[in-house]
Amino acid sequence: MATKIQSDAASALSGLLFDGMTVMAGGFGLCGIPENLILAIRESGVKDLTVVSNNCGVDGFGLGLLLENGQIRKMISSYVGENELFERLYIEGRLEVEFTPQGTLAERIRAGGAGIPAFYTRTGVGTVVAEGKETREFDGETYLMERALKADLSIVKAWKGDAEGNLIYRKTARNFNPMMATAGRVCVAEVEVLVGTGSLDKDMIHTPGVYVHRILKGPAYEKRIERLTTRPRTEKASA
Amino acid sequence: MPWTRDDMTARAARELKDGFYVNLGIGIPTLVANHIPPGVQVTLQSENGMLGMGPYPFEGEEDPDLVNAGKMTISELDASSYFNSAESFAMIRGGHIDLSVLGAMQVAANGDLANWMVPGKMVKGMGGAMDLVAGVKRVIVVMEHCEKTGRSKLVRQCTLPLTGKGVVDLLITDLGVFEINRGRSSVRLVELAPGVTLEEVRARTEADFVTDLA
Repeated sequence: MATKIQSDAASALSGLLFDGMTVMAGGFGLCGIPENLILAIRESGVKDLTVVSNNCGVDGFGLGLLLENGQIRKMISSYVGENELFERLYIEGRLEVEFTPQGTLAERIRAGGAGIPAFYTRTGVGTVVAEGKETREFDGETYLMERALKADLSIVKAWKGDAEGNLIYRKTARNFNPMMATAGRVCVAEVEVLVGTGSLDKDMIHTPGVYVHRILKGPAYEKRIERLTTRPRTEKASA
Repeated sequence: MPWTRDDMTARAARELKDGFYVNLGIGIPTLVANHIPPGVQVTLQSENGMLGMGPYPFEGEEDPDLVNAGKMTISELDASSYFNSAESFAMIRGGHIDLSVLGAMQVAANGDLANWMVPGKMVKGMGGAMDLVAGVKRVIVVMEHCEKTGRSKLVRQCTLPLTGKGVVDLLITDLGVFEINRGRSSVRLVELAPGVTLEEVRARTEADFVTDLA
């Protein structure tokens, strides 16, 4: 079996990128984003991308870099409030956006990876999200049909991984990464720590290797904090 | 004196019951966590994928892999657990969360809520708000009673795009507390902020409401 391990982000993406493709990118805000793969996509110059990601980074970091570089044609997201350029491009009609409620987005991706073409949810009934969508009554309640999402490529970030592509995430950096790993025709994962096969606790693996086609160890992680909030050490510990 | 943001969130915190699983929206509702009554223990859910949200970390202990739904650094507790976003919203949509406190731009007499966009002006997205109002058992809104222009935010009918239809149970503003009978278009003023008169509330409210308060 050919190795899944790649030397760097550019080679991990080689042969996978084409104009007009759909890319899923893991992360919530700047937490748990595939920093190195995003940089490699920027360097590649691939354009007219449809990007599925909960947010679109911030000005100057994360997916915000692809936006600045004019590579994104359409975003499928739930919240983009941290990005001024995004808001401007959208209001000027230069960027297409499909706003999807966060839970519906997560479930559409999960369904895409799980072979479920559509599902019904109460979320969004009676709102603009429901426009043009089929509704159906179950047990006296109205539900909305939402279609699954798949992508040509998914890029995810995990904490630890091994040569088999098994992945373990850390704390809230998990977020959308596990579902996205399942919903890309090809999934490329970047990790902070790449370990030998057998060293991960098999009961603790979040994403089994079957979903991951290529894996690399990121050379560095900035892990920029979006909103630094702390409490002073003098404050009494709260209950 | 109308209530301050701190007063409003303290009043919202009185709706918490021991053992509740609670989701606090970003912005003002986050302050509810500062007012949890003594003897009441609640578990805070963060929809990006955590149960048992702890306080802000001590300076120097912030962890970029540990943030809340507002992307603020937080800390974990002994009772905390982490999960992916699909699991998180299964929890929300599946009715396992007892209470959600959200902010709003408009609340209508029938319980409709608008809090995610102003067409042509402000586009941020709904985040998890539409899922929260669709799935959480009880929804409390905390908001200023009026816009800066003086226009009432408790309206007969929302003019902004909706977050949910007939989803608000209780509204807390700087002027008082309103019970909303979802879907029946009946609003009852049940509490006035200290020093605020019924006449003042009537003058500053677009929606009709009833009250037993003098």
